[in-house]
Parts: sequence; C-alpha cells; structure tokens
Amino acid sequence: MKNSALRILRVIATLAVVGIVLSGPLTMAAQAASASPQVPAPPQMPRYHFENFTTASGLPNNHVFSVLVDGNRIWAGTEDGLAVYENHAWKTYNTKDGLAHRAVLSLALDKRTGDVWAGTMGGLSRISAGRIDSYTQLTSGLSNDVVYGVGVEGENVWVATAAGGCRLNTRTGQWTLYNERNTPMTEIWVYAVSAAPDKVYYGVWGSGLLEYTQKTQRWDKYDDPDGENEIVLFKDQGLIHEIVTSVSYIDNIVWVATYFGASRYDGRYWHNFLTKDSGLPSNFINTIKGVDANRAWFGTDKGLAYYDGVNWAVYRPSLKDGRPEMMVRDAQGNVTPVEITTAPAHNYVLGLDFQGDDIWVATAKGLSHGIRQK
Amino acid sequence: MSQRFQTRCGAGLIVLGTALLEFAFWPAIDHPVRAEQSDAQNYASPLELLLSPDGARLYVLCQQSEEVRVLNAASYAVIKNIAVGRVPRGFALSPDGARLFVTNSWDDTLSVIDTHTLSVAATWPVGAEPSSVVEDRAGKRLFVANRISSDVAVLDASTGVEEKRLLAGRGASYLTLSPDGSRIYATHIYPNPPRVRTELDNRTAPESEIAVIGTTRAVVVDRMPLHSIAGVFHLALSPDGRLGAVAEYHPKNLVPLAHLEHGGAFDYTLTLFGADVGKPVEVPLDELERYASQPFGVAVAPDKSRLYVTIGGSECVVVIDIPRLLRFIHARPHPESGSFAQDLSASASYVIARIPVGHNPRGLALTRDGRKLLVANRLDDTISVIDTRNNRVLSTITLDGPKTVSPMRHGEQTFYTARYSFQGQIGCSSCHIDSTFDGLTWDLEPDGFGRDIVDNKMIEGIKGTEPYKWNGGNPNIPTECGPRTEKYFWRSENYDDLTLADLAMYARSLSPRPNRWRLPGRELTPAQERGQALFERGTDKFGKPIPENNRCAFCHSGPKGTNQKLFDVGTRKPTDNSGKLKSAPLDGIALTAPYLHDGSARTLEEIWTVYNPEDKHGRTNDLTKDELNDLIEYLRTR
Repeated sequence: MKNSALRILRVIATLAVVGIVLSGPLTMAAQAASASPQVPAPPQMPRYHFENFTTASGLPNNHVFSVLVDGNRIWAGTEDGLAVYENHAWKTYNTKDGLAHRAVLSLALDKRTGDVWAGTMGGLSRISAGRIDSYTQLTSGLSNDVVYGVGVEGENVWVATAAGGCRLNTRTGQWTLYNERNTPMTEIWVYAVSAAPDKVYYGVWGSGLLEYTQKTQRWDKYDDPDGENEIVLFKDQGLIHEIVTSVSYIDNIVWVATYFGASRYDGRYWHNFLTKDSGLPSNFINTIKGVDANRAWFGTDKGLAYYDGVNWAVYRPSLKDGRPEMMVRDAQGNVTPVEITTAPAHNYVLGLDFQGDDIWVATAKGLSHGIRQK
Repeated sequence: MSQRFQTRCGAGLIVLGTALLEFAFWPAIDHPVRAEQSDAQNYASPLELLLSPDGARLYVLCQQSEEVRVLNAASYAVIKNIAVGRVPRGFALSPDGARLFVTNSWDDTLSVIDTHTLSVAATWPVGAEPSSVVEDRAGKRLFVANRISSDVAVLDASTGVEEKRLLAGRGASYLTLSPDGSRIYATHIYPNPPRVRTELDNRTAPESEIAVIGTTRAVVVDRMPLHSIAGVFHLALSPDGRLGAVAEYHPKNLVPLAHLEHGGAFDYTLTLFGADVGKPVEVPLDELERYASQPFGVAVAPDKSRLYVTIGGSECVVVIDIPRLLRFIHARPHPESGSFAQDLSASASYVIARIPVGHNPRGLALTRDGRKLLVANRLDDTISVIDTRNNRVLSTITLDGPKTVSPMRHGEQTFYTARYSFQGQIGCSSCHIDSTFDGLTWDLEPDGFGRDIVDNKMIEGIKGTEPYKWNGGNPNIPTECGPRTEKYFWRSENYDDLTLADLAMYARSLSPRPNRWRLPGRELTPAQERGQALFERGTDKFGKPIPENNRCAFCHSGPKGTNQKLFDVGTRKPTDNSGKLKSAPLDGIALTAPYLHDGSARTLEEIWTVYNPEDKHGRTNDLTKDELNDLIEYLRTR
C-alpha cells in the first residue's frame, strides 16, 4: 500500500474514530449514571495527584513529544529543545548546544552508561554528561533525519525513522539499515521501536509490526488479518491494525498501539483492545508502555489510560468541561467516576514514563507528573 | 640543491641572530656514539614509570622492547624484564601493589602481571588501542582508555570481562584516579569533532574535554571543557585532591603556521582545576624566548610545593612553584577566555626551573618523600634521577640495550625534538602526535590568511605515496621534511644532510597500525564485501559505464589506495590556490577525520553526501543510503 493511500485511509479512519471516540465518553458517562446500588464497589485503581509543567514553570515549549525518567532527573523532549528537570529546575539543550534539531520526538536511556539518546526531527543525538554528539543522514549512516523512535539494547542503539529502521553499534560505529530491501517491511515510515536482548520490535505506519530475533537475526512480520479494512471480522485474530504508532516489549509480551486500537501479543495469542470492548478512551493511540506482562499504560488523543489486566482507569481533563476526571471500568464494563482534583495537562498524550510508583506524561499542552496517592 | 640553498639563505640574518640566542638556552645532551648502519635496533624506549607502594621497586614500561623492566629502586639494578604485548602504552598498579596492569596498544590486550612472581598471570582482550588503565580502590573494576574507539571500557577486575564502554574524548588515552578514589579523569589526544556548524565552517578552534568518571556507578558524571585545546596528556592531582593539572597543547591553527616568529604555532599549557583554583584556568608553560614544546607527564610533590611537567620536545622538566602559581591566578581577574595562554610573561611568575634531561622525556615518578624525581627519556633509553631539593640531575641511569644511536633512532629523535624551530616552538611531533596526525586543519604557508587551508594527514604508511602535500608539491620525503619544513615551519635552522636522511628514514619506517575494522583472517563482512564491489565497480546502477578516472578504484588504487596522481574532484574552495589535489592514500582512513584536503568533511559520509554534488569525486549519487553505508564500511577496512 502506498503512503498516499494510507494517509487518505488515515483521514477517513480518523473521522470514523472521531465518531467512536465521541460516543465513548457518553457511553461511559451513561453507564456511570445508570450504576445501581447493586453494582459492586469499583476496583481500587491507582490515584494520582498531577503536577503540570508548562512554559510558565520553565519548560521551553508546551508541546511535549516525549518524556524519560533517569533517576531523579526528568528529560522532556519538546518542540523547542530537550529539557531536563533536576533539583527543581529546568535546563534546556538546543541546537546551539549540538542537539540535532529543536523538536525532540523520542528519548531512550542507556541505563549502563547514563547516556540519553534523543530522536529529533533533524537527526539523532547522544547526550552524555552534558556533551551532545549528533548523527544525521548527511554526517553518518543514519537512514533519515526524522527520528520517531529510539531504543537502547546493550551496545546497540535502535532507531525508527521516516525512511526505515537502523541500528548503530556504538562500539564499532557501524550502521545497519533496515528497510523494504532487507526486511518484510512494505512501508518504511517507522514510528516506533522497542529493543531488548532477545527481540527488537519495530512499529511501522502502514506496515504492521516487525519482529527481529537477535539470536537468529531473522525478521517476522505481524499484519492486521483484515488487511486494509477498518473492520475487525474476528476479534483477537491478530494485530488490530496496520498503522502502528507505538510498541513496548516487556516480560516476553509485546504491547502494540495503533491509530485504530491496541494489541497485546504473548507470542501465541493476540488480545485486542477497542473502545467498544475495553476501557480505552479512544482508539487513536499515540503511545503505549507496558508495566509488565499484564499491565500497561495508553496515551491517546482522549486522555491517559491504565489497564491492570482486568480493570481500566482513565485520567484526563473532562472532554465536556475540562475538569479533572478519573473513570474506572471494571471487568463487567461498569464505569465509575472517582473524585479527583487534578488531571494531566492535556488529553492529547504523546509520551509516558515511570518513576517508581509515579508516572510522567508528555502531552500537547505540557508535561505532567502523576504523583501516586496512597 | 638550489631549493636547499635558497632555504639556507632564506633563514636570513635576522632569524639567525635570534636562533643563536635561542640555542644558548637549549640543554646539552650527550650523544652516544652514532651507529653507521640503519638497522632497526631493539631499543627499550622507556615511556612510563611507576614506583611500587613500598618504594622498593621501579617499574619501567618499555614501549619498543615491549616489556616491563623491574628495577631495584635504590640501586637501579635489574630485577627482571617481563615481556608484554605489542607496543605497550600505559600501566598501573592495583591499590595494594599486587598486580600490575599493562595496556598493549597494538594487539588490544591487557597484560596482568603478578608482582610477587613478576610474571604475566593473564592476558585479557580489551578494546581498540588500549592506552591507559586504572583499577578502582575496591579492586572491583578496571577502567581502560581506548584510543581508537574513543571510550573508556569498564572491566571486571577479577575476570577482565567487559561490562560497558563510556564515551570519552576522541583518542582517549590517559586515566588518573583521584586521591580519594571517587573519580577517574580521562583525557584524549585528538580534538573532539565540532558539535555545531558555524559560519567559519571548518575553521573553528578545537575543543577537548576531561571526562570525569564516578567510580561508584562507573558512569561519566561530568565533562570539563578544554577550549582551543587539541592534545591532552597526563593529569595529576595534589594528595589532598584540591588541585588538578593537565598537560596539553593549545594549537593556533587558525592563523598561518608560517608566522612562527609571531608565536603563531602553539602554546603549551596546563589547565588547572579543583578547590584551590575555583573556575578552571589555563596557564602557559612557555616562556618569552623558549617554549615548553609538547608537555606530557605531570606530577605533584607530596607536600604540594612543586609541580613537575616533562616537556617531550624541549627535552627538559619544568618545575613550577605551586604557591606562586596559585598566587598568580588569584591575583588576577579570571580571564574571560579562561586562559592566560597568550601571556608568555606569565610563566616567569611560577616556573622556577627547567631541568635539561634526555631525548623525549615522557613518564615521571616521584619517590614517596618527594626528594627524587625519576624521568623516562624515551629516545635515550635512560632515566634521569633529579634531586628535587636543588632541581639538578643527580644521575642518569642507562637501561640495557644498544649503546649506539642508529640512524633510525636519530631520525626519531629529530622527529620529536623542537630544537630546530624558532624559540623551540614546535617539532614534527607537535602536529604528528605519537607519529600520527592531530585532527586539525592548518593554514600553513605565507600566502595570505585563510588561503589554502589543509587537513593534517596521518603519516603512518607514507612510504611510497609520493608526491607529498595535498597539491603534490613535494616529490619525496626529504623535500617534505627538509626544505619545506625548514622554510615554512622552523624559521631557525636547517638539518644537516645526515640528520635529514635519518629523519626521512624514520618517516618512511612508520607502518600503519593494525586495522580494527578487519575481521580476524582479514576476510570481509557481508557489508564490507558489498562496499568493496561498489568501490571496484565499472558501471553505475543504471548500467552506464563509469569513466575510468571517476571510479573509486582508479584514483585510490594499489595497496595504499592512491595512484599518486593529481585530480580535481570538485572540492576546490574560493580560497584554494588550485583545485588539483593528490588522491589521498586510504591507509587508516577510518581514524583520520576530518576529510578532504581542507577538512571540510567532518565524516566519511559527508565526502559524498555534501561535497560531491556533481559526482566528480567518484560516481556516488546513484547510491542508496544503505549502499553508501556499505562503501564506508569497506573503506574503514583500508
């Protein structure tokens, strides 16, 4: 499928999703309103006090594409630089410091060395104790300057770009490119990567999920069994959609986000999530991050969602009046509002990371620190 | 002959007078009898020194004989010679003195010597060109600086298994453990790549750094920038940890090197840091009429009264009075640039002695009481023993080995000395660090500021690649090293015929180091094989024949990757006098960024992604990105 066709499809599908999404909250609200005294008490889902950071509190820009927790240091990839929060103060790195581009789309931490890798709209940057080295398609073997995703695994840095994936071996300096010529990838607009010592997953916009097995150096591809149709003939038959936006591999489970729902794959069985049969606030999912094999967080265009393996919780400013809102959905589909006083900075969630029991959320209008309430 | 004659005349009366004055300052060195044969004799070439914790033994790292010599530190009698790996460059004792670790830079191994048995207990494979090693205080981890991969490897100290690599400066080479064991300071000999393109493009001052590694987590916790510095060597800290000093070169590569008489080549400096200093500050070692060319080793007296620096090219040890030094920097406002390097009168405030020693002094060691300073004279096979109370050489210990100076050794001494240049400012090795290159672009000749900027090239493997210079102007090495160097660089004295012949012999002898991108057995990886096919192709991807002189393998033919002819590859700048350039040899090309004649290309990729828009530098614009990557993978094997 050509990119142009996919984009048209994306627009149509997005319109369709809008309808679904608009009906979602109403449905949840209706369910909540109709809750009877016989309904069991809602499950105890984590509650957070959200502290929101914007330009008013030191962020260089409110469009926050990515967030990364590095101990007590928080990195925020914004539209105007890479900001780091430490000791209650923000510091920003930008192109004058060597950053490849001001718009930082993705972040990854090399836990062994403490180096941070930043995927930007103009290349890949490595931030090491304040020093920034950048790699572009002109100065290095990087396949494309638009770096949507980055992941670190051992001495390898795996990169998702607008022209395929690639891998930098930091020891040898060798770049290996992955594209339609040497993988099953049919589109090369690679949106996401999740790298581990055994498997590496690429999420491809319009070309499903690619799996690389490190031991055998072989590629596998997972597609939507329904092809290009925006319908799901059989639930849990396979990947929910070809337009993959985010992927998270943890505990031998791969969590996949698309613009048309989410999937969980354990190597044998798929389980899919849609607004109509889960607590997802929207099928339009920008980011996904697994906590473990059973729990995951979802960043959508209609709020932040958490799934504990059975129940769901949604955190957001209310779509109706902007007031902080937390909705809990149990296994039976009962939805219960939980009284809270704070919410993430915005419903359009682009990035997530965990700091112990806390969560950090990158949104279209600021960065949020969700402080876990006991 | 006429060129040489002109050169000799060109030295001129003005320069001659000053040169005579200068040579009155130069230390006298007793030359052993000069051998008549050009045989490669097995000199020891002592590079580094260590005293055992109890002070009873002196360990001498001998680079050329590839061994550690163990001497009695009182009598200097040989206890044992221990063979290690190829071209050892650095060594360190474990905190308890039980193990001695040696980095073997050409075979990428670490020799672990048991100091009780004085034998090699283990040899561990490590990274590319290991150059320095330290063990942490807990004895858990070893840190090894790798010059080629520009990183510091973290190893398990009991097994040698590598845990990770930490990013260091380009050409990572020297490591120093802080007195409290909490930090390791890593320096590097080539400047870091420029981070940001400026309006000056490839004409920016070099940047270096000291990477500070926290030993608890074994991560880089800080980087101290060293502005305008290229070439950073040993670092030392006072026993209380409050004063740090690092030896470094401060090149002036943005102005014509030919203006040596205006001080236009190098400053040689220390950067001081620590609680005693406050904000780091750079201070010169040079004096008004004599430079301290190529500082290398640094030591701080136990009582923090003196700081000693070996000066490789000036063949002396500089002694600095630390209280005076601190008074000097605190009595003045902190310079905006962070540097006093331009003030050649500064050193008179704190340099209290220059002690003449042997050829190319490098490593040094102080006895525990600080009364004796031992200095390794690398190109004399001697160790100078200095009485620190009167700053005089007490004795000179001659290591076992050849008693004559071969022409090759004489050539190497000539390469490393600064005595031929005006005010002793530079030697060949100022720019060709450790007989390699310096990663800088230079404005060499007096043809106007900013004209004919040239990238300094690697000189390993130059034999058989004539003509020399980017414009092919020098037909052979004696011309390159002789009249050209004398006229444009030294501005003081020419070589006599024998010295020039010996220098040329040494230059010709420099063979390329082992290529780290080649697999064992020298076979190629699949990517390298694909790249080789592109390198050798005769048709482009559209099936069109590529003209012979536009194929990679035509201009870059033969074992050294050059057909030794001149071509216009479309890289001429408005400031260049000619567009015709000699096809560059490919030996060791992976190491020698930046690229092209003027260093415009920061990386190999940029040669083709930026500077080959018309396919004049080979037919490459039909290649995909992955194919270009393959080509580069192949080039790295050359």
